Amino acid sequence: MGAIAWRMLTGDRAKYLGLVFGVAFAVMLMTQQASIFVGLMLRTAAQVIDVTDADLWVMDPRIIYVEETEPLPESALWRVRSVPGVDWATPFFKALSVARAPDGRLQQVFVLGVDDATLAGAPPRMLEGSVEDLRRPGAVVIDRVGALFIWPENGTEEKGAPRPSDIGRTLEMADRRATIVGTAEASAPFTTFPVVYTRYSEALRFAPPPRKPLSYILVRAKPGEDHAALAARIEAETGLKALTWRGFAWETIRYYLQRTGIPINFGITVVLGFVIGAAVVGQTFTIFVLENLRQFGALKAMGVANGTILRMVLLQGAAIGVLGFAIGIGMAAAFFEITSRTNVDLRGFFLVWQVAAGAAVAVALIILGSALLAIRRALVLDPAVVFRS
Amino acid sequence: MSVIVQARGVVKEFAAGDERLRVLHGIDLDVRAGELMLVVGPSGCGKTTLISILAGILSATEGAVRVGGRDLAGLSSGALAAFRRETVGFIFQQYNLLPSLTAAENAAVPLVARGERLSHAEKRARAMLERLGMGPHASKQPRQLSGGQMQRVAIARALVHDPAFIVCDEPTAALDAASGRTAMELLSDAARSPGRAVVVVTHDPRIYGFADRLAMMEDGRVTDVLDDPDSIRKLVH
Ligand SMILES: Nc1ncnc2c1ncn2[C@@H]1O[C@H](COP(=O)(O)OP(=O)(O)OP(=O)(O)O)[C@@H](O)[C@H]1O
Ligand SMILES: [Mg+2]
Repeated sequence: MGAIAWRMLTGDRAKYLGLVFGVAFAVMLMTQQASIFVGLMLRTAAQVIDVTDADLWVMDPRIIYVEETEPLPESALWRVRSVPGVDWATPFFKALSVARAPDGRLQQVFVLGVDDATLAGAPPRMLEGSVEDLRRPGAVVIDRVGALFIWPENGTEEKGAPRPSDIGRTLEMADRRATIVGTAEASAPFTTFPVVYTRYSEALRFAPPPRKPLSYILVRAKPGEDHAALAARIEAETGLKALTWRGFAWETIRYYLQRTGIPINFGITVVLGFVIGAAVVGQTFTIFVLENLRQFGALKAMGVANGTILRMVLLQGAAIGVLGFAIGIGMAAAFFEITSRTNVDLRGFFLVWQVAAGAAVAVALIILGSALLAIRRALVLDPAVVFRS
Repeated sequence: MSVIVQARGVVKEFAAGDERLRVLHGIDLDVRAGELMLVVGPSGCGKTTLISILAGILSATEGAVRVGGRDLAGLSSGALAAFRRETVGFIFQQYNLLPSLTAAENAAVPLVARGERLSHAEKRARAMLERLGMGPHASKQPRQLSGGQMQRVAIARALVHDPAFIVCDEPTAALDAASGRTAMELLSDAARSPGRAVVVVTHDPRIYGFADRLAMMEDGRVTDVLDDPDSIRKLVH
């Protein structure tokens, strides 16, 4: 009877497409909203995630998220370097500064200072120029979108024309001139300020001079060293706080989740998206089954067993679910594919596979639930009802 | 002549709140092979209940029912479903066709329910529709058909698996006179086959003439069974 179930479903083209697109719409709503939420949370930890060189971050014990810097004394660097299992440890500077373009335009920027000797912590994805150029005096690398904020008149990719090179442009930070030697792709920070990379020794001069300059210490573990164990050892021996980069990213995300209203509000939107999506899926499928209740009654009268009826409904549910999910995921993926190219504010947002998997489970559960709920009425249905008009 | 359906002392009670409502008070009835029997009687007298029991849809509270030599008492619901699949053809007042299936697919359902592949079953269903004059409409969906045409699809569906027993509840109630006649002609032809019996419940005096025998029911009892054409014809006037 699988073929009959399939024809019951697809025989009415309009209704069938309505069902499939109902599910597709719900899936798209769920995955798109939830993925943006995840993307937004990842942005809060963008600067931790972008430093791919480091296994561990070492910081003042009072620090609870990456934006809040509590400088360390220079001596901390030596203490960390002496902990067994540490391959290398380099200083990392992070501060907010104000950049002034030659035309007088002002823009808040993040200044990140990487190790003078090794350049550890430099941006991994250079678009223009070379990381090595940072060694020149006064040299900085700016992130692609940050440059767009400071020099919007040079056009964006939206307009099709290739953007003229940013190399050679100058900025003034803390009354010192900085020359751009390259652009990099950086994860969008939560605050969307441009990110300016420079060497540690330069960075100290590009930001308001701090009392103590050392924001973080980046640590690479010796090969084969367990990162969590090494972090614990560093903490024990130095009294500083040491986290794996994942751990620090999570602490930062958790900070935003707990301390700011933005994730809560957005979280409500995500939950609403899920609830509405779930309701749409459940509703559409329940209506479909209930509309066919009389037909199932007639089939039962003709001798189709309850087990077969159940399998028919589950097959119909599976067909709608799989197809609707595929289309919905496709639409969500297309949304991110298009927006990440055309809209700088939505760059870096992508369809998170865990969200897609969650939506798949949600759709499966909802369809299974509504199928069983609706079909119960068909299963207890007295086949004699089909004789009544 | 052999008997296809045999009912002895059939009693049916329904639970109505705390009470038990007795709807059938001991029915004895035989339906013979090759005959078309009409069941008539006032509304609420128990006609639908009776044929539901004969067709294995409801179970009798007391009494015995044998159909095609098979005793229906004590069969599990699964065994009853299998019995209906194999032995019974159904025609409903509301046709109960699946709206998104074509006429041929609808008529093929009993074969598919017995395990045949849809494509193969559909071929046999088309042949049956052809015999009932519905060949040109075999690929249409029910909503593209008139009431009479839908009922002919339903008749094809009831005949396609060659069942021994066909039950019809008011098959002509929703049809105009001409379509009703056509439907009854087809059913009476179907009844002519030696291993088969047809029972038709009706309120429609226009079709009394198709009866080989006519059972009159009143208040849960069969009061009379007429078998000569003259007395049946008298009933109409
Ligand atoms: N499931 C049920 N539960 C309780 N009472 C029922 C049930 N089915 C039928 N009845 C009652 O049994 C009696 C006979 O019903 P039935 O449908 O068999 O009559 P009928 O002769 O077919 O009537 P009609 O000509 O109106 O179709 C009616 O009084 C009806 O209300
Ligand atoms: Mg009735």
